[in-house]
Amino acid sequence: MSEIRSMLEDTVSKVLRDLCTKELISAAEKGEFPETLWETLEELGVNAVGIHEEKGGSGGDLGDFMDLLKIVGYYAAPVPLAEHILSNFALSECGLPVTNTISTFSFENEIDFDKTDSGWVLSGIAKFVPWARNAKTITIIGKTFENQYKIANVRLKECQVRNHENLAGDPFDEVILNHILLSENEVTAIDNSKVGEIFDLATLTRVMLMTGSMERTLELSVTYTKERTQFGRPIGKFQAVQQKLAILAGETTASMAVADFIITNIDAGISTEEASMAKIQLGDAAQEGARIAHQVHGAMGFTDEHPLHQSTRRLWAWRDEYGLESILAKKLGEKILSHPEDLWGFITRHTKATSDKR
Amino acid sequence: MKELKLPNVELPEEAEYLRREIREFLSEERSRGSFEPKCDTWLGGYSAEFSRKIGEQGWLGMTWPKKYGGHERTALERFVITEELLAAGAPVAAHWFGDRQTGPLLLRYGTKEQKQRFLPLLARGEIFFAIGLSEPNSGSDLASVSTRAKKSGNKWIVNGSKIWTSGAHHAHFMITLVRTAPLGEKKHEGLSQILLDLSAPGITIRPIHLMTGEHHFNEVIMEDVEVSEDMIIGLEGGGWKQSLAELAYERSGPERFMSTYPLLEELVRKLSDSDSDYAKIAVGRLVSRLWTLRKMSLGVAGLLEQGKSPEIAAALVKDLGTEYENEIIKTARLLIPSHPSVTADSSFDALLAQSILHAPGFTLRGGTTEILRGIIARGLGVR
Repeated sequence: MSEIRSMLEDTVSKVLRDLCTKELISAAEKGEFPETLWETLEELGVNAVGIHEEKGGSGGDLGDFMDLLKIVGYYAAPVPLAEHILSNFALSECGLPVTNTISTFSFENEIDFDKTDSGWVLSGIAKFVPWARNAKTITIIGKTFENQYKIANVRLKECQVRNHENLAGDPFDEVILNHILLSENEVTAIDNSKVGEIFDLATLTRVMLMTGSMERTLELSVTYTKERTQFGRPIGKFQAVQQKLAILAGETTASMAVADFIITNIDAGISTEEASMAKIQLGDAAQEGARIAHQVHGAMGFTDEHPLHQSTRRLWAWRDEYGLESILAKKLGEKILSHPEDLWGFITRHTKATSDKR
Repeated sequence: MKELKLPNVELPEEAEYLRREIREFLSEERSRGSFEPKCDTWLGGYSAEFSRKIGEQGWLGMTWPKKYGGHERTALERFVITEELLAAGAPVAAHWFGDRQTGPLLLRYGTKEQKQRFLPLLARGEIFFAIGLSEPNSGSDLASVSTRAKKSGNKWIVNGSKIWTSGAHHAHFMITLVRTAPLGEKKHEGLSQILLDLSAPGITIRPIHLMTGEHHFNEVIMEDVEVSEDMIIGLEGGGWKQSLAELAYERSGPERFMSTYPLLEELVRKLSDSDSDYAKIAVGRLVSRLWTLRKMSLGVAGLLEQGKSPEIAAALVKDLGTEYENEIIKTARLLIPSHPSVTADSSFDALLAQSILHAPGFTLRGGTTEILRGIIARGLGVR
C-alpha cells in the first residue's frame, strides 16, 4: 500500500471514529445533514480524492477512492461521498468543470436533452438520487432524441426535489427537471464506453461501501456473542452460534478479498465482468451476512437502540443500487454461454489482459 | 479481523508461460487418449503413468530445492499447474498427497537422509504416499488416535489401524500419525509422525468401497510392524504441531473448490444455445463464485509463499469451496433434465453422476465443515 493511501486511511478512520457516532447517524436519518462531518472531510480534501489535481481534485487515484469508501461503509457514514466523487469524476473525464459544493449523481433517470438555438433544455425525472436535498448540483447522464448520451451538471435550486429515503434512511430523492436551460458549454457528449465505465465505477462504489459494512457487521456480531450470556455462558460458546459466525466470517473474508482485488487493479482497469462479479459476491454476502448477524443478536439487534441496523440496513439498501445481482449475473451468464469453450480462460485470464479500457 | 485478511495476489508472467505449456501438454495428452476428463480426480483418478509424465515435465516438487530433485519454482507457479490439472479433469490422484503434503512436511521437519532418499523420487513421480490420520475410533477428534509405536532397541514397533486412507493400495509409503507416548492428560502430546513402508511385514491393506463401488479408501492394519528409528519425522512427540502445519496446504488449494469443475464446464457447453434467463443467471452466479474463491485460494497461496501458516483462512477457503462444489451439482441438475449414471454415454450424465456420488465426501475429507467452522470461530475469538 502506498504511504499516501495508508495516511489517508488513518486520517479518515480517525475522523469517522470520532464524529460518526450512532447518534449522528440517527439524527441524519431524521433529516439533519451532518454538516460538521462533511466540512471536516472537505477540509481534508477527502471529497476530491481520485480526481486529478490539474482538474481541480485532491489527487490520489481511483484505488484511493475505493479504499476510502470501504472506511465510509464501515462507519455507516451518512454522507454523499461516493456520489460527490462519482459526479466530479464523470465531469472531469468529460472535460466539464468539477465542483466543490456537494454534487450528486444520477443514472436511473428519464431525462431528455433537447437542443435549442442557444443551448440545451433538460426535462424529466431523476429517481432515487442520493442526497439531492442536500446537494447543490446533480450530474445527469441522459440521452438526446438521436439517442446519444450527454452529460451535464445541473443546479438543484432550479429543480424540484421530492424527499424519499432508502432502506438505510439515507436521502434517496426524486429530482424533477422542468425545462432547465443550459448553455452550450454546460453540456457535452459522452460516448457509450465512457458511460459504461462510469456505471462500473458506480457499481464498485457499492462493492466498497458494502465490504466495510460486512466487516462492521461481523465485528458487532463477534462482540455481542462474547458478551451476551445465556444458560450460564456467553452464547458464542455454543456450537450452533459458532457455526453461524463462521459462515458470516467466510462471506466477509470473500468480500474483503474481492474488494482488495478491486482496490489494487482499478487504476489499470477493471472489466465490466469483474465489476459485476464483485457486486454479485457482495449481494450474496449481504443476504447471508445480515441474516446471520441479526439471528445471533437476538431481539436486541433489531431494536433502534442497537447499532447493528445501521450497518445491515445499509447492506440491504446498497445491494439494490447500481446493478442487481440477478441482472448482472444474466449479462455475465450470457457472455459465458456465448463462448462456452472460453470458460476456463475467462476464469484464469490475467486482469490486465481482460481489461478493455483505459 | 486481521486473521481474515488475505493479500491480493497477481500471478507473475512466468506463471502464465507455464500455463500455456501445461495447456498444450494436456491437450496433447487428451487427443492421444491418455485420459478422459472426470470429476474429483484427485481422489479417484489414479494413473501412475500419468503422474510420472507430470514428474518428467518438472511439475512435481515444483517449489522444492533443486538438490532434492525439486525445481525451485514459486508457490504461485505450482498453483497454476494444480488448477490446470484439475480444470482438465486429469488423473492426478497417484502423486497428489505426496506432492501436496509429504514433500513440504519432509522439507520442513525431515532429516537430511530422509530428504535425499524420498524427495527426488517424489519429484519424479516414482513413489506415492498415503496419509494415515483417521482411525476407526478417531475421526474429527483426531488427537485421540491410538495407533501405538513402541521403542524396541533401534526400532519402532507399530500396532493399530488407520481408516479412510485414500490410495493406500497404490502408495509405497504412508505418513502415519502414531502415539509414541501413552495418552496422558493432554491428548495433543505424545504424538509423532512416522514414515511407514506399506510393503513391510505385518501390514494388511483392506479395501473400503465407496457407495459407487469404487475402491479409493482403505483400512490399513498394522500388527507388530517394525520401523527403523530413523523413519520418524521431526520431533518425537511433535506430531500434532507438525500435522497442523500441513493443514494450510491441505485445505486451501484449488482442489477444494474444483472437484466438480468438469461438470460446470460440461453444463456451460450444453447450455450454449440456451436463451433461458434462468440458465444465464444461474451460470453467471456460479462463475462469479468461482472467480471469488480462486482469488481467496490465491491469497492463501500468497501467504504460504511468505512462509506463513494461515490456518483460519485455509479453513474458510475449504468451507466455502466445498459448499460451492455442491452448488454446481445442485444447479446443473435443475438446469438440464437428465438421468445421471456413472456408466452413461452422455458425458453430462456421467459427470453429474460422479459428482453426486462423490459429493458427500467433499465436506468431510480434510476436516469436516463443522470442525472447520469451529476452527474459524476460535480464530474469531468466541471459542
